[in-house]
Amino acid sequence: MAVATTTLRHLYEMMLRERIFEERILALIPTGRLPAHYHLAIGEEATFQGAMAALGPTDWVMTTYRGFGAAIGKGIPLERIAGDCFLTLAGTTKGKGGHVRVVDPARGLLGFSGVLGGEFAVIMGAALSSTLRRDGRVAMAIFGDGTANRGTFQEAVNMAALWRLPAIYLCHNNQYAIATSMARSTSVPNIADRAAAYGIPGIIVDGNDVEAVYEAVAEARRRGLAGEGPTLIEAKTYRFRGHFEGLPEWRPLEEVEAWKRRDPVALSRQRLFEAGALTEAEDQRLRAAIADEVDRAIVAGESAPKPAPESALDDVYA
Amino acid sequence: MREITYREALTEALREELRRDPTVFLMGEEVGRMGNVFGVTKGLLEEFGEERLRDTPISETAIAGGAVGAALAGSRPVAEIMFADFLNVCMDEIAKAAKWRYAYGGAFKVPVVFRSCAGHVPYGGGTDQSEMPEARFLNMPGLKVVVPATPEDAKGLLKSAIRDDNPVIFLEHKQLYVTKGPVPEGEYLTPIGRAALRRPGKHLTVAASGLMALRSLAAAAEVAGDGIEAEVIDLRTIKPLDSDTVIESVKRTSRLLTVEEGYRSAGVGAEVAARVAEEALEYLEAPIRRLAVPDVPIADNGVLSDFVVPTVPRIARAMRDLVKG
Repeated sequence: MAVATTTLRHLYEMMLRERIFEERILALIPTGRLPAHYHLAIGEEATFQGAMAALGPTDWVMTTYRGFGAAIGKGIPLERIAGDCFLTLAGTTKGKGGHVRVVDPARGLLGFSGVLGGEFAVIMGAALSSTLRRDGRVAMAIFGDGTANRGTFQEAVNMAALWRLPAIYLCHNNQYAIATSMARSTSVPNIADRAAAYGIPGIIVDGNDVEAVYEAVAEARRRGLAGEGPTLIEAKTYRFRGHFEGLPEWRPLEEVEAWKRRDPVALSRQRLFEAGALTEAEDQRLRAAIADEVDRAIVAGESAPKPAPESALDDVYA
Repeated sequence: MREITYREALTEALREELRRDPTVFLMGEEVGRMGNVFGVTKGLLEEFGEERLRDTPISETAIAGGAVGAALAGSRPVAEIMFADFLNVCMDEIAKAAKWRYAYGGAFKVPVVFRSCAGHVPYGGGTDQSEMPEARFLNMPGLKVVVPATPEDAKGLLKSAIRDDNPVIFLEHKQLYVTKGPVPEGEYLTPIGRAALRRPGKHLTVAASGLMALRSLAAAAEVAGDGIEAEVIDLRTIKPLDSDTVIESVKRTSRLLTVEEGYRSAGVGAEVAARVAEEALEYLEAPIRRLAVPDVPIADNGVLSDFVVPTVPRIARAMRDLVKG
């Protein structure tokens, strides 16, 4: 199944938006204006944007702490995401959640599990709710290769498979859990190999190929809605940055450089050029427009009011 | 008024809420075909089908976490965790339920009930199936914790818990399932967060919940023969804790005894005592007295468990000691 050129253009634009936004965050870190520390997904945009674009507009999603891509892919305005970065009231959580907790219940973005692996069961439950309510949604958990080793995976995926729930388990396998490589943490070479234990498809895709990710998730969504149950997808990718900004780099330099030569944004652009679907001039205009959008978002996000200290006592109970 | 058992009252609450609201569903180990190990969900499968009475694998993490996800996604799940000690397995999922709304600045509601049977039965559980872990959850902001003592409250509080937009830990006592009491025929709700004054008295205030509330009432009847009038307050909900009712009572009686089936350190009694000390110390004519399980696990052997869990004679003795000095 070939992906339509208009879809490829859209995917490229979304990847570019994620890339330019994250690069701006990276540039802001040395200024000291951003609270907290940042886990950037630069280099993994094809996995995030390919997956998000294949979902319906209100499908349930839980993402990771490296999850700007999910928020951007859900179409949450960048100034709201920037507001969460600066912990101001421009953000999505009244200054409570921070950049790792960008949410939007109306769009189906449920948040993330700071206790890694919590998302497996929560997404199973969201998929169950959609089945009971017959609301035509699927639910997707995005998790890393390290998190795949939590025991919660076993309980949740077994139950999702048993009940044929419309759940998608998408592993963005960037090969490292902080500094521990997959070879040193995981008994099988592929996370997708574990699908066999649950009798569900385990699909391996090139996580730097946005088209491949898009197609795999679209098929998983189709299966889910058809009552065929969950799918485990492993997108093999790599992060260009360290685990989080400020941590030293443990990975071999030549490995990092090799992956940078397979930059997913550049690969996607090249494909569009070859298909005659994008010109150099159009690309420049697109980049300039997104850079401008990001600039304005950063200003709006940073300049918004901070929460009142006493609001620390709000929103414990509904 | 008609009398039915605590178990029947719970079944009625579940049936009524399943009928009233199509987004309510139950899941847990043996909630469907078996109708729960104590029969609480018996007959519901026949009326509501397997879709809403979901037998699960032995997977407490997925039951609890799945219920949280379903609640976020628009359902009202009642997750059953067979024994309260098993709540330890899914503590992160319960913590998630408790924090989710706050973490995201009020963006979500988390209408989930975690039902579990708690408390000890001599020769019927041992160290892994006997806990009354109410105090553990008292220490988790965002949760509500309900511990009904009577059939009437069991029904009214469970219905309130299901309708609540917050996560509720609902602890049913094993020894109480077979107890009978008056339960109104029609629709009613018992509010969460309000204690019940079960017996008025002027010499001391007793604060307890669940089985311990009933034992305190029995002890109060016993010491009444000695001219001691104990005021017994059934806390009913541990969180929010209705300490106002206790404090008002202590201002009248000037003495406080707390009784609980949980462990003594950082227990419910400790919290009640602290609040009374903060707000009504000047009214006290004697030191506050706490009866609780000393800080030891509860053994299966009834000879041992009866030694550590407050019994009617020990509660009565504590009442006499507190009043007579």
